[in-house]
Amino acid sequence: MSEKYLLEMKGISKSFPGVKALQNVNLQLKAGEVHALLGENGAGKSTLIKVLGGIYHAEEGEIFIDDQKVEINDVVAARQAGVSIVHQELVLVPYMTVAENIFLGREPGTKMNVDRVKMSRDAQELLDAYDMNINADTLVEKLTIAQQQMVEIVKAISFNSKILVMDEPTSSISDKEVGFLFETMRTLTAKGVGIIYISHKMSELEEICDRVTVMRDGQTVGTRVVKETNKDALIALMVGRELTNYYTRDFLEPGEVVLKCEHISDGKMAQDASFELRKGEIVGFAGLVGAGRSETMKAVFGLAEHMTGDVYVKGKKVKIKSPVDALKYGIALVPESRKEEGLYKVQSVKFNSTIEVLGEFIRHLHVDNRKEEEITQKYIDMMATKTPSQEQVIGNLSGGNQQKVMIGRWLATNPEILILDEPTRGVDVGAKAEIYSIMNDLVKEGMSIIMISSELPEIINMSDRVYVMNEGRVTGCLNHEEAEQEAIMQLAAK
Amino acid sequence: MASRAKNGIVKYFKDNIGIIIALIAMCVFMVVYPKTRTTFMTPKNLFNILRQNASNMFLATGMTMVIILGGIELSVGSVIALSGCVAAGSVVYFHLPIVVGFILAVLVGALVGVFNGFVICKTDIPPFIVTLASMNIAKGIALVITGGAPIRCMEPLFKWPGAGYIGPFPVPAVLMIIIFIIAVFMVNKTQLGRHIYAVGGNAQAAKFSGINVEKVKFIVYTYTGIMAGIAGVIIASRLYSGQPTAGDGAEMDAIAAVVVGGTSMSGGSGTLGGTLIGVLIIGILNNGLNLMGVDSNWQYIVKGLVILLAVYVDWIRNKKAGR
Repeated sequence: MSEKYLLEMKGISKSFPGVKALQNVNLQLKAGEVHALLGENGAGKSTLIKVLGGIYHAEEGEIFIDDQKVEINDVVAARQAGVSIVHQELVLVPYMTVAENIFLGREPGTKMNVDRVKMSRDAQELLDAYDMNINADTLVEKLTIAQQQMVEIVKAISFNSKILVMDEPTSSISDKEVGFLFETMRTLTAKGVGIIYISHKMSELEEICDRVTVMRDGQTVGTRVVKETNKDALIALMVGRELTNYYTRDFLEPGEVVLKCEHISDGKMAQDASFELRKGEIVGFAGLVGAGRSETMKAVFGLAEHMTGDVYVKGKKVKIKSPVDALKYGIALVPESRKEEGLYKVQSVKFNSTIEVLGEFIRHLHVDNRKEEEITQKYIDMMATKTPSQEQVIGNLSGGNQQKVMIGRWLATNPEILILDEPTRGVDVGAKAEIYSIMNDLVKEGMSIIMISSELPEIINMSDRVYVMNEGRVTGCLNHEEAEQEAIMQLAAK
Repeated sequence: MASRAKNGIVKYFKDNIGIIIALIAMCVFMVVYPKTRTTFMTPKNLFNILRQNASNMFLATGMTMVIILGGIELSVGSVIALSGCVAAGSVVYFHLPIVVGFILAVLVGALVGVFNGFVICKTDIPPFIVTLASMNIAKGIALVITGGAPIRCMEPLFKWPGAGYIGPFPVPAVLMIIIFIIAVFMVNKTQLGRHIYAVGGNAQAAKFSGINVEKVKFIVYTYTGIMAGIAGVIIASRLYSGQPTAGDGAEMDAIAAVVVGGTSMSGGSGTLGGTLIGVLIIGILNNGLNLMGVDSNWQYIVKGLVILLAVYVDWIRNKKAGR
């Protein structure tokens, strides 16, 4: 090809003890394009990015920037070569101002006397240049997650980078904020910056990306122009096979009402929410971030401090004061934020799988190890979790597999009512399809599922009925047939 | 079953290989070094080591649980002083039966534990601050009730827990083994044990798991208080007196043993098996330095360096294993 590339990575290979993480990987980025890097968790995207960012050193391969061969041996070298990375986890200092964060480690003025006025002014100029409505003197902890992300981007740009890598920047921000983020990205590409964009969300690809490179098992399996391909073709590339049924769902006639909640409030985010759930039903909860969906469910699950309202399980009024009560009535909740509310990160898959059901194998100062392993294995098999062993530290698994262990943990309690809060967040497509299929199996066996999700396609395709919430109230309920994007969004803003 | 037990032992050695080698190396050194060759490897000295370190073992079992919980407990040293003085004081001043004195002493330890547990559960004040406060309060009470002077008690029964023998074995050594086994069962064979790891690993997740986080913390701090109370009785008994300055810095030896034993200060992981080796390393180090005639001021420096080295080696190993 005679085309000129801003960045070329050629034949990159990198292995870790026992694993070939990258094998002869090639990536070409043009100036002014947004280039998506797509692949399941564990496909090698992060490793590739770390090689580019100087965090890992590749054993083989060459990197060219503007046709010049560069050696990127550490983070500083990467920066000098014009590469900046916005990581998935934000790394700003919360108790410092935006300006202090942007210029951290390279403050203007002398070593002993920082020129705060200049720092603040320069930072504000940068922020304004990208139309960001953020004051440089605000403390970072006062910003929303999306705004913090913007600050990260400005910080990255302020190194005069030509190449910007963004690792799942939209995984925790609302749709409106995503729109703003995309605006910023367009401004950048117009100035000739090349952006490598990692995301699991297919819909974003079409909106913002020019080309896409797909990785699988540590190799690049193809680069496509986004306009000339489609979602199914890309998914097929990613998983290496056709996924005929992305959403598996047999809509059967639901049974009697198993859960009825009336006027649920927690005094804060949940305000008088009422809804019901039938046997064998998947009920979706849609709404914007901050609509009070998670809080409502937490209140039902006994996690709110001041909960009011009535809960009926199978027609009988119950008092749920703690998760222990909830479990007793057959209600389980898989929380929204895996890392903060779910995982025991330093512990094994086994520990994480069985923590809800200790009573089944620990009794009278005796641990029935065989039973414990049986339970663990049962849910590893059921969820098709990929783990080298039960003893594997869960923090080392991919997001999708962690989520499968989380769902398995709560299924082990044999719930009749399963509340899933964002069950597929940070989960790759292959695992998503598997989770949908398992949900379908579960309701067919008579379980009832409440699914909170911010991904409209999964709400629309999986739910018998959809409740839409806004400002802590239920603003409407739609049948499967009525549940379409516009109808839901209208209710979400009501 | 047999193979499972064998696997457990193999795993134990594998997980703790660094400190086990350190322990063996120290013992070999003592046996070879001219000054300690004849004195170290004698039954008398070995029993002595066990006797002197029993109290640290009691503290360290509790401290292990506290640190797995992600907390810290600084008041145990002061509790040793306070409970020792209560034991001796009850007997000498109030003429209570010696056994009652011992029980009161342990209860006082439990009370401090309950206080720590209660404040830590009901407020957001960090355990470091809460136990720093109770450390000072307990120490102060011990000084106030004794007027700063030791309370001597020479009754044979009073001397039994710290200086007596059961057959050829020193009583503290026997108690230490019993307490260690109880703690191992608590941590490894009960639901409470799993809950401790869960709360220390991720308190928020534990709440979602329906674990009563406050109850777990409360039990662990109370248990640690009781252990400190028992340690106080043993030490008072060994010294034939309740001394308001006993147990000075004992909390630091306990923390050192736990950390050398591989328990992470960030919570969520650690084992009592590691702590056992940690206690022995600290104990043999103290004993060896004494036998070698190292100046007591220098002993602190050596001890500090050994702690740093042990934790450093552990850190390197974890880094290599990619944990």
